[in-house]
Amino acid sequence: MRKTLFDSLIHRPFTEPLPAPEGEIHGLDQAARRRLGRSLAIRVVDAGSCNGCELELNALSNPLYDLERCGLKIVASPRHADVLLVTGPVTRHMEAALRATYEAMPAPKWVIACGDCAGCGGLYAQSPACLGGVSAVLPVNLTIPGCPPTPRALLAGLRRLMEA
Amino acid sequence: MSPQAWITTAEALAEGRLTLVSLWGETDRVHMAVLDEANALHHLSLACPFGRYPSVGKVHAPAIRLERAAADLFGLQPEGLPDTRPWLRHDSVYAFLPVTGEHLHVVPVGPVHAGIIEPGHFRFTCDGETVVRLEVRLGYAHKGVEHLMAGATLEHGARLAGRVSGDSSVAYALAFAQAAEAALGVEPPPRAVFLRALMAEMERLANHLGDVGAICNDAAFAIMLAHCSVLREAVLHEAATRFGHRLMMDRVIPGGVTVDLDAAGSAGITALVQEIRQRFRPLVALYDKTASIQDRTLGTGILAPALAARFGAGGFVGRASGRTFDARRARPYAPYDRLDFEVPVLTQGDVHARLWIRVLEVEQSLRLIEQSLARLPAGPISASLPTPLGGEGAALVEGFRGDVFVWLRVDATGRIGRCHLRDPSWFQWPLLEAAIEGNIIADFPLCNKSFNCAYSGVDL
Repeated sequence: MRKTLFDSLIHRPFTEPLPAPEGEIHGLDQAARRRLGRSLAIRVVDAGSCNGCELELNALSNPLYDLERCGLKIVASPRHADVLLVTGPVTRHMEAALRATYEAMPAPKWVIACGDCAGCGGLYAQSPACLGGVSAVLPVNLTIPGCPPTPRALLAGLRRLMEA
Repeated sequence: MSPQAWITTAEALAEGRLTLVSLWGETDRVHMAVLDEANALHHLSLACPFGRYPSVGKVHAPAIRLERAAADLFGLQPEGLPDTRPWLRHDSVYAFLPVTGEHLHVVPVGPVHAGIIEPGHFRFTCDGETVVRLEVRLGYAHKGVEHLMAGATLEHGARLAGRVSGDSSVAYALAFAQAAEAALGVEPPPRAVFLRALMAEMERLANHLGDVGAICNDAAFAIMLAHCSVLREAVLHEAATRFGHRLMMDRVIPGGVTVDLDAAGSAGITALVQEIRQRFRPLVALYDKTASIQDRTLGTGILAPALAARFGAGGFVGRASGRTFDARRARPYAPYDRLDFEVPVLTQGDVHARLWIRVLEVEQSLRLIEQSLARLPAGPISASLPTPLGGEGAALVEGFRGDVFVWLRVDATGRIGRCHLRDPSWFQWPLLEAAIEGNIIADFPLCNKSFNCAYSGVDL
């Protein structure tokens, strides 16, 4: 343990430089956004993804991407969240849970559709078991495309929301 | 086949002479795949003109959820099935198992969880802190994959297969491709076969590295997660550089692969192998020398070998509980029949054993990657598919989580008639329910992560 910790002292940080903000924001309340300062709490809901998006979202917390250095934080409770980040094409079986999570969040609140499934339904757009993306259920402020979006693409999108 | 032969097979499963691989439905037909004692795969098919068939789950519990799913998707009624509640269908109030007993309380969790996890509902019945029963309710990620498969082209089917479970994208695409090639009578070129193994082992490596870190993190040993996730990231970065996608989605297709590897790519992956071998060893030593983390993992969530064998548990779940099955060894498909590797097996069946199997498999995957690179033949990377005449094919491929089974029928127009994909977690989820019994509820995340069952993979 001591050796591992000591090695960390002499090793350069793993952290990579941040990507430039990217993406188009829809219907954002600028005043409300400013009031929250340079920090956002994110609640993630998997509405039926294949878990590819989850892998990359989890990677955001690793030492290379280190999400929290941007003032962005994944929170457990929707009551603590400013942003609802949704993955998956929104299966019929997740619709109620997704709505309930959104309703549990205090206003002002924003929604990110993460990945092609959440954006437009992806490969499941025609499936009778799915609703065809987040916008079928909730107002979406930002879509981060990709199948799945890379951690850099996720950081770029989240930074766009921070700077809006 | 006759209903009597179907029943005889069910009895052989119950007696342990056969192992259930999968059970799935069609509009007027039910199918079953089983392994015999010599690991030969047998496909059985029974016509159900009246929508009914003799239940296998009645005598062999591992079939129960598969039969419930077939009832939901195709309306096939298994006669004598002890549990007829819907599984993939959520259109009625679910009748959880009743809880009786003076001191018991129930802890319901999900489908929305505290972290970044897939959706599922866990219902714990506890006596104080001790879990006396866990009931898992899944189906939240049901996307209608098998419905979308019907009528799709093979090209589209491969894309769907690669997204059944994103962490096993290569394994699923490979199983799908092998099944399609068997149906059409196509041989992928030798170079493609080795490139497939290379990608499959890189996928296993990335997942095992991530899991070792994540299991330790669930016991608050966060330093392992930090360091292991850096190594995992190195694998994904190399995959993106060499194959153009971090999770290597859509790289394996029926007939071969879509990307080639040049000399610089080989050198890059060789350097990655050396880097991981060098940096993973001290991390393993750190785990091995820290008594406080082992206090949590040793003796926790024990899965009895008899149960693992009965359910035909694949992957680290089975191999940590004495089941030696590994599709790469038991039913060697190319190029594993020509490569040198060991299949590590332990018998303790606890969280530590499941973690340690992964640790040992990391080294085996590194060796397999080195051998695949060293022996990579020259030549084309894909074969053209013939004008289809229709046919059926099946494949059993070892993913990081266990054996992935795909059965598919191609019709005369070259489109998919029916495709069934069975995730290893069909048989692992019920075992998690068994393994957690008698443990404290605070150890559930640890047990759960050590199983790391698929949600999307079984919800389809």
